[in-house]
Amino acid sequence: MEVGTKDHAELAEIFNKDEERVNWHDETLWWIRAKRDKSVHQLPEWEALREAASNVKFNVLSHLNTYLEQFEAAAKANGVIVHWAADAKEHNEIVHGLLKENKVTQMVKSKSMLTEECHLNEYLATHGIEVIDSDLGERIVQLAGEPPSHIVLPCIHKKKEEIGDLFHMYLGTPSNMADPQFLTETARGSLRETFLTRKVALTGVNFAIAETGEFVVCTNEGNADMGAHLADVHIACMGIEKLIPKREHLGIFLRLLTRSATGQPITTYSSHFGKPREGQQMHLVLVDNGRSVQLGRKDFRNSLKCIRCGACMNTCPVYRRSGGHSYHTAVAGPIGSILAPNLDMKKYADLPFASTLCGSCSNVCPVKIDIHDQLYKWRQVLVKEGYAPTGKKIAMQVMATTLASPTLYHAAGKMGRATIKYAPFAVNNKLNAWYKEREMPAPPKESFGEWYAKNKK
Amino acid sequence: MRVGLFVPCYVDQFYPGAAIATLELLEKLGVEVVYPKNQTCCGQPMANSGFEHLTGGCNRLFIDNFSGFDYIVSPSGSCVLHIREHLHDDKRPEQAKEISHKVWELTSFLTDVLKVESLPARFPHKVGVHQSCHGQRGLHLSSMTELVAPSFSKPGSLLNMVKDLELIELERKDECCGFGGTFCVVEEAVSSKMGKDRVADHLKHGAEYITGADMSCLMHMEGILKRQGSKVKVLHIAEILNAE
Repeated sequence: MEVGTKDHAELAEIFNKDEERVNWHDETLWWIRAKRDKSVHQLPEWEALREAASNVKFNVLSHLNTYLEQFEAAAKANGVIVHWAADAKEHNEIVHGLLKENKVTQMVKSKSMLTEECHLNEYLATHGIEVIDSDLGERIVQLAGEPPSHIVLPCIHKKKEEIGDLFHMYLGTPSNMADPQFLTETARGSLRETFLTRKVALTGVNFAIAETGEFVVCTNEGNADMGAHLADVHIACMGIEKLIPKREHLGIFLRLLTRSATGQPITTYSSHFGKPREGQQMHLVLVDNGRSVQLGRKDFRNSLKCIRCGACMNTCPVYRRSGGHSYHTAVAGPIGSILAPNLDMKKYADLPFASTLCGSCSNVCPVKIDIHDQLYKWRQVLVKEGYAPTGKKIAMQVMATTLASPTLYHAAGKMGRATIKYAPFAVNNKLNAWYKEREMPAPPKESFGEWYAKNKK
Repeated sequence: MRVGLFVPCYVDQFYPGAAIATLELLEKLGVEVVYPKNQTCCGQPMANSGFEHLTGGCNRLFIDNFSGFDYIVSPSGSCVLHIREHLHDDKRPEQAKEISHKVWELTSFLTDVLKVESLPARFPHKVGVHQSCHGQRGLHLSSMTELVAPSFSKPGSLLNMVKDLELIELERKDECCGFGGTFCVVEEAVSSKMGKDRVADHLKHGAEYITGADMSCLMHMEGILKRQGSKVKVLHIAEILNAE
């Protein structure tokens, strides 16, 4: 999807041109939020679990260097080849290098948001390598030529009829066939072929265990296992924040992850990878790509606790009504809005403002990231760094001056009320964004201050 | 008990009825209320837009106006939350801190400080309660649907004391209305859509009035109701609690 230079508000306005679709998108995601609520309310210890997970991650982030070295040593001892990538470019080059070494031009990949963040598919395509995404949702957006709109539900923005059309075009299903079961069977059949013929499989990583060098991949479709078990080479890519100290901590996170994400007690598959099987190569690519910079930002550090459950997106009233693509970044929604400015303040200066600061995101977050407070703090940083539009800067300065003086404030208030009363056309027009779908408040005959002066003192 | 009445700027200018009701209600409950006349705004509009560094003037005025009270009470969860979290003054840090601890949102002041158990109010209508986010999630005026915790509602418990008032149930108990300060114009499309959806939930369940502890959300929903030609009205909770 070409989003070009449009910001969140503009993309959201385009999304809102089809109100029926917005309703459908909102209700679909709200249904998932409701499933999440139902599932978490069955666990009286839910809040304690969140607190524990948050504390474990705090410990990880406070000793990240130590855990990374411990993890690397343990993984190496298991026979895993460990690579370090400072940024997206290095990550892509490492993966490309491994493909070249193994003389392959095709690779199967199971859902990995990190490779989306690094734009791996595009990079490999320019080097003549074909990547097939094996997660059903990812496969659908890949066929559509779009990025995922949600980190857990990549094609949640697509209706089943649209998926039917895509499959008709690319996978030869009958036209106007939108039966989900039939479409899933078709994708499954086509992917089986892919799994059987690909020598290299790439997966993401949900949790990496410092103590043992193992990593865990959570999927509902088993596609990571299918890819990794059939391929000669398994490449697993992970952000450096994915660590947890010990195996015993895994229970906390596995209980939280899927209940938060979809309301399921656990993903269908929680696959533990330890060492390569006989004759197989297993590679781990540890990627920084801005994470160590974020770790150095005191106010934003704990955004790295994120376990990518997507609960903040499902609950976000703005996300539900603007769609994932309106965030024009790999990780959309509230969490994406506090992660993206770290990578590029100018490009993502709009995202922390794409929120009402309602706080629902922080409440559903399984690792208790103070998302809405960080949105507020990013706003302050972005303005100070000079990324506010000039018009807004002037308006804010005028407002601050007016509100700092009781005299100016009273005069401006009086004038404002008089304008609405006697010259409504001055505000009731298309230059006033409020007026587009809302009436202005009716001006009272006197302010409270004026009433008080007359009646009380 | 001497209470300073903190009236948010837009309430002062556009919804004096909410402030008058707050004043009368507190007086009815035996509180001595003073309205410091040189107050303006808490500074939140600038701060939430990323310009907290321009709120020095508002902070100074707030401290000047509200020093020396036992409590400071306001009919707005949002403005109270802003003062509690962000009021500061480099020259008077202790005073700023003291004031930020003394400021209360009206409904929680009634339930937690005055411990009101009955009210002489009557309001024979079907009423929908809008949970404003800053009051709810910021000041914990009511339990939140996201959390696994006992359910409660301070505004709800007060409304239950009002004779002949019928509270309606909503499908989404605590979804944001989309006002969000400058969000309402910067993100006009999403803001309006959120407002329409919130209003629709109330209308579907037969509300005659929509009330809440924050007039800003109600102003936003009123704008939508009026545009739709609806007869349903918004009313600040103080006006219902003060109704006879």
